[in-house]
Amino acid sequence: MSEKSERPENSERSERSEKDGKAERTGKSGMAEQQARLAVFKTYKLYVGGKFPRSESGRVYEVTDSKSGQWLANAPLASRKDARDAVVAARKAVAGWSGATAYNRGQVLYRVAEMLEGRREQFVREVAEAEGLSKARAAAAVDAAVDRWVWYAGWTDKIAQVVGGANPVAGPFFNLSTPEPTGVVAVLAPQESSLLGLVSVLAPVIATGNTAVVVASQRAPLPALSFGEVLASSDVPSGVVNVLSGRTAELAAPLAAHGDVNALDLAGADADLAVELEAAAADTLKRVRRPAAEDWAAEPGTSRLTAWLETKTVWHPIGV
Amino acid sequence: MANNLFPYAPAPESRAIVDLAPSYGLFIDGEFADAADGTVFKTVSPATEEVLAEVARAGEADVDRAVRAARRAFPGWAALPGAERGKYLFRIARILQERARELAVLETLDNGKPIRETRDVDLPLVAAHFFYYAGWADKLGYAGFGPAPRPLGVAGQVIPWNFPLLMLAWKIAPALATGNTVVLKPAETTPLSALFFADVCRQAGLPRGVVNILPGYGDAGAALVAHEGVDKVAFTGSTEVGRAIARSVAGTGKKVTLELGGKAANIVFDDAPIDQAVEGIVNGIFFNQGHVCCAGSRLLVQESVQDELLESLKRRMGQLRVGDPLDKNTDIGAINSAEQLARITALAEAGEAEGARRWSPACELPSAGYWFAPTLFTGVTQAHRVAREEIFGPVLSVLTFRTPAEAVEKANNTPYGLSAGIWTEKGSRILSMANKLRAGVVWANTFNKFDPTSPFGGYKESGYGREGGRHGLEAYLDV
Repeated sequence: MSEKSERPENSERSERSEKDGKAERTGKSGMAEQQARLAVFKTYKLYVGGKFPRSESGRVYEVTDSKSGQWLANAPLASRKDARDAVVAARKAVAGWSGATAYNRGQVLYRVAEMLEGRREQFVREVAEAEGLSKARAAAAVDAAVDRWVWYAGWTDKIAQVVGGANPVAGPFFNLSTPEPTGVVAVLAPQESSLLGLVSVLAPVIATGNTAVVVASQRAPLPALSFGEVLASSDVPSGVVNVLSGRTAELAAPLAAHGDVNALDLAGADADLAVELEAAAADTLKRVRRPAAEDWAAEPGTSRLTAWLETKTVWHPIGV
Repeated sequence: MANNLFPYAPAPESRAIVDLAPSYGLFIDGEFADAADGTVFKTVSPATEEVLAEVARAGEADVDRAVRAARRAFPGWAALPGAERGKYLFRIARILQERARELAVLETLDNGKPIRETRDVDLPLVAAHFFYYAGWADKLGYAGFGPAPRPLGVAGQVIPWNFPLLMLAWKIAPALATGNTVVLKPAETTPLSALFFADVCRQAGLPRGVVNILPGYGDAGAALVAHEGVDKVAFTGSTEVGRAIARSVAGTGKKVTLELGGKAANIVFDDAPIDQAVEGIVNGIFFNQGHVCCAGSRLLVQESVQDELLESLKRRMGQLRVGDPLDKNTDIGAINSAEQLARITALAEAGEAEGARRWSPACELPSAGYWFAPTLFTGVTQAHRVAREEIFGPVLSVLTFRTPAEAVEKANNTPYGLSAGIWTEKGSRILSMANKLRAGVVWANTFNKFDPTSPFGGYKESGYGREGGRHGLEAYLDV
């Protein structure tokens, strides 16, 4: 697994309970209180087809605090079979989601922003631990992630007006080009930016009416797995987003070769892996977006929307 | 009606959801205030003539105060990052969704239109309009008006009584999204939903002065349009007032958009599915009591199917339920005001006097309030007033044609050019007709469809500028 996978020295659960947010807030006031109240840990699970399964393989891997190396949780180590199950779920959701009105999709994406805002504190803590950020910088990342959903919520019913339009062909024909979603998009989420990066690559996929299978950051998957819970409570239909955690390379290979995946976002692949996956994707002529240096805090533009859109042009004769 | 086997039971929507105060003020700089000269007017329910509330009546001094407030608020509002401005509009959209039923009942009380329409058409469109333009606020650079288009300043907006809250949304949402501040004057017969909207702005935490609402009459509208602190004038209403506004802004730097009257042709070809066309015709002219600028008020029917179509249309008209607007089964509510009722009545009488044949289904009208039965004129020629003038009521004039070319001639034979309808199974004919019709919106095998993403506005004397869609941004940008 990741470089920091060796078991940290102070990994006992009781240790962590003193370090979590709640214990910090109560502070000096009560040693007795802390001992009386043992924190309940969350079992992190995959998010596939609207459900929260463990990996069918039964495997987990240790996720550690990026600064201290301290044990945070066991994340599912998803298998190739999990990846294929996720594709099945994503494919099943295509008809409904791509057939929803752009307005409806915008409402749902905005609802995601509302739900994420409501769990801001939790994500600030998870992002701080995952990325070794100060609380303030983690909070800025979470706020930016919320605002990114708002940004893309507004794009659902505008992108067609920006990239589509009437074509003045030289003949008596009505000719109109409109964008349509390509289908199922496999997304390798950025490795470093565990939440903002994830949101920045995921939101444009579903804003345009595609469905997604997302492989979370390998080293820092916890914010992504928690984010599945946000999606589950945001009116996002089951299967529209599926979140896997595990070894990026292991999961990406079957996704890149999968006949029922239409497109591939390589944001989270390193240079060598990216080349390998792009070549594998060629067999099924997937649309591939290569990894590039990204500033996730900057305004995204439209390239992540158009990457997952086909253009459909309709001709119709004009005449009595 | 002959067929009373299954009569409808009354199904009134409760008005308890609306908490009406006895009096309302002007909304200026984030506060409700009395008019400078203390004048008030009463707003009544057109269905019962019951006084709903007393409302402050804005005069010139109030217009000046509101424009100054909007001007003070402008730099701060325009300087906000688009994403933050957008988030205010998203909040407004969500609060409008939450309060939709309350506002629907309020609108029905003050306007007289059926609850079925306020609930299922007006309010969903109002919220959707804010939602749509909220999303534009941080994307203006992508709208095709240059990389960083700038707002104009203070928008003076005057709206009609036929869709009070929807016209407010059409005006305010794009204005705010683009960074302008607004002073809006609702119509004197329907001020209440705009004042409730002021409360929505307060709930959303909108900065003071960004939205100012001035209930009042035509004098307040004229003062607002003429005020030198106004950079942009947006008006929806009659062509006559539109002309006066165009005259009044001549020689100023003010940008103007006008959405005025119409006399739309609804053209039915012999291959059209008759039942579907009849539904479209009924929706085209009787929706909102015909108080619709884009109403399909001239039916152009191909001679060969005239008899069949009219028989079917009359049968359908006989099933329209006219009455209590709060009843969920009502199709046609009250005429908005005594004044409008008098105008419709006069034009209908002129139609008879000029020789057109008048027909209405047997239909019992309530004793109190303002009512007009759905009415059909046949044997109408292009010279008749009922074929030339906008009636703005539930009155349909039927003309006939033989060839597509004749249909185009007749349809375009009007100073107006807001909308048109085409009914035929042949796609190529739809498109060729659409190309030849001089109208801003053409509906094919449907009618009276609206969407925030779809631009709306007229050719010729139906006004200029478009509202809605990407195109609607232009009216509020310095481009």
